Amino acid sequence: MTPRRTLMLLVLSTLGAGAVVLAQSRTRVDRHPSPPSFSGNVVVALCDGETTAEIPGVKEGETPTPAQARDVADRLMAAWREKNPSARWEESVRLAAAEQVGGTVQGEAGGLPAGPQGAVQEGHTYGAFSERDQRIWAAETDKFVQEGRRVFHDSKALGSTIAVSCDMCHPDGANTHPETYPKFQVQLGRVALLRDMINWCIQNPTRGKPLVDDDPRLKALEAYILAQRKGTPLEYGKH
Amino acid sequence: MAKGIKSIETRHYDERDAFFAGLRRMSRRGFLRLAGASAGLAMAKGLVPPHSFQLIEMAGAAETGKPPFTFAYISDTHLYPGRLNDRFVRAILKAVDDVNNLDPPPDFVLFGGDLAQLGQREELDLGHEILKGVKPPIHMMVGEHDWFFDMGEHWRALFGPEQYSFDHKGVHFVTIMSVQEKDFWTERHMTPMERMQTVAGLDNGVQSRFEVGPAGREWLQKDLEKVDPSTPLVVFSHSPLYKYYRPWNFWTEDADEVQAILGRFQRVTVLHGHTHQLLSNRIGNIDFHGMLSTAWPWPYAPEGLPKLTIQQNRADPFDQFDGCGDGSVEVTENGLANALYNLWDRNPVTVRASYLASGGANDAPARTKLPSY
Repeated sequence: MTPRRTLMLLVLSTLGAGAVVLAQSRTRVDRHPSPPSFSGNVVVALCDGETTAEIPGVKEGETPTPAQARDVADRLMAAWREKNPSARWEESVRLAAAEQVGGTVQGEAGGLPAGPQGAVQEGHTYGAFSERDQRIWAAETDKFVQEGRRVFHDSKALGSTIAVSCDMCHPDGANTHPETYPKFQVQLGRVALLRDMINWCIQNPTRGKPLVDDDPRLKALEAYILAQRKGTPLEYGKH
Repeated sequence: MAKGIKSIETRHYDERDAFFAGLRRMSRRGFLRLAGASAGLAMAKGLVPPHSFQLIEMAGAAETGKPPFTFAYISDTHLYPGRLNDRFVRAILKAVDDVNNLDPPPDFVLFGGDLAQLGQREELDLGHEILKGVKPPIHMMVGEHDWFFDMGEHWRALFGPEQYSFDHKGVHFVTIMSVQEKDFWTERHMTPMERMQTVAGLDNGVQSRFEVGPAGREWLQKDLEKVDPSTPLVVFSHSPLYKYYRPWNFWTEDADEVQAILGRFQRVTVLHGHTHQLLSNRIGNIDFHGMLSTAWPWPYAPEGLPKLTIQQNRADPFDQFDGCGDGSVEVTENGLANALYNLWDRNPVTVRASYLASGGANDAPARTKLPSY
């Protein structure tokens, strides 16, 4: 997944001396004693254990107002960013992407990229994926299509009783024109979907039993047939 | 009405009278031979307007020369054992009926290869039995589906050598074995059945590409040495003997070398199987005609289709026989070959030598209005 650092929480302690900073880990709490303030103001420390900021006018033991708390948090964040200019905070990534011209970084062909991650997509959770994610998804999809290819070429897997498989008439899925469905299938006298024709072929030229709608073989066959027509415009109803 | 100007009706009756007068001058044999060709068949169905009468005249003229002859073909039957699959058995039986009912009978029948689906003894034996029912003499050609289970052993035991030649009425016929493949199975430790099933998959990219191979080419060279270049030559080959579409092995790897061997002949016609479709091509002085399958039609390949091919439109899957068929070839008195595609449940199509020789300018077969996909 995306190397994303959990947003650190700044918790202002209302008890004790100064602030307690919670780091990423919820199981282990690191405490960094903050240096005392000459003015007696509350000092808040960042989780890096180095950066500190005072809350002006708030003495030890007093509670800052929400506005004062936000102000000190913003100052600490700004100081941290200045020290870590290449860190991938969501906002900074978004700004960088807006400046960048061009698309995603292409990884090397074959296999997952060994080096650092490719370009991270901008946006919300669904849009936040990397080149590596895309490769995994493509591999999963291809596995599904390959299963369809297997069934398409295997008369036994189809359930043919006369040893006929789809590829015998449709090499590479040719002449299946899935992009034309749904269409009025004249020979059936009704509108048919691609799966209706798959089942028709299973029942007739291959003399098998039709597959139920959620049969994984039917889904895989559809995937394979559609995959063979990548780039062909959809033209439902075409004869 | 002024003299010399005839009404449409008068001209029609004149043409009609001339046609029937022409019929009386023809021998019965001559007429029926023509009826076996597309014009006659189409006319019998009432599908051709009177201008096709000129074909009758052509046949009449042909009778003055050396008598032409026809031969028929059955190809790509892909038989499984009969108890497993009767669909393909019905189809080959239909083709046997067709060639037996040709009148006049063809001089001989060519079997174009792929008699069996997986090269099994039982499949080849079944085909052998069925083909005994063919009345005219039969010449056998081997296909890759017959070969790659036992590398042709049982096929040769039934039908003899896979390469041979013969002469018939002044035409030299050669049958070559063009579906050799370089060894892809040994390093993969394939069983004979795995090897056979790999080759049987048209879109299986593991296999090698078809070739006549060095030994086959040498045999061909030697066979043709003694033949005069003016002798009409007809070559039977299972693969197309040219390069159409590599991924489906609609392809012969050493096609250029083979064509070079055939190049010195003035009239060469190649009749090939494997492609299961109406397919026409001409390279140099070599005409190519694909044979129809009885079992199923292949779609046209996504690229590489020869320009001279007038496509058959896509087959109706609801009709087992649509897009399939058999055919015959008329060899004219000057040694040219006109190929008749007897498409079952469709009008027949004739692809004439004159169409190919003219680069498509003359005698073009009717073009379908429907997409072929």
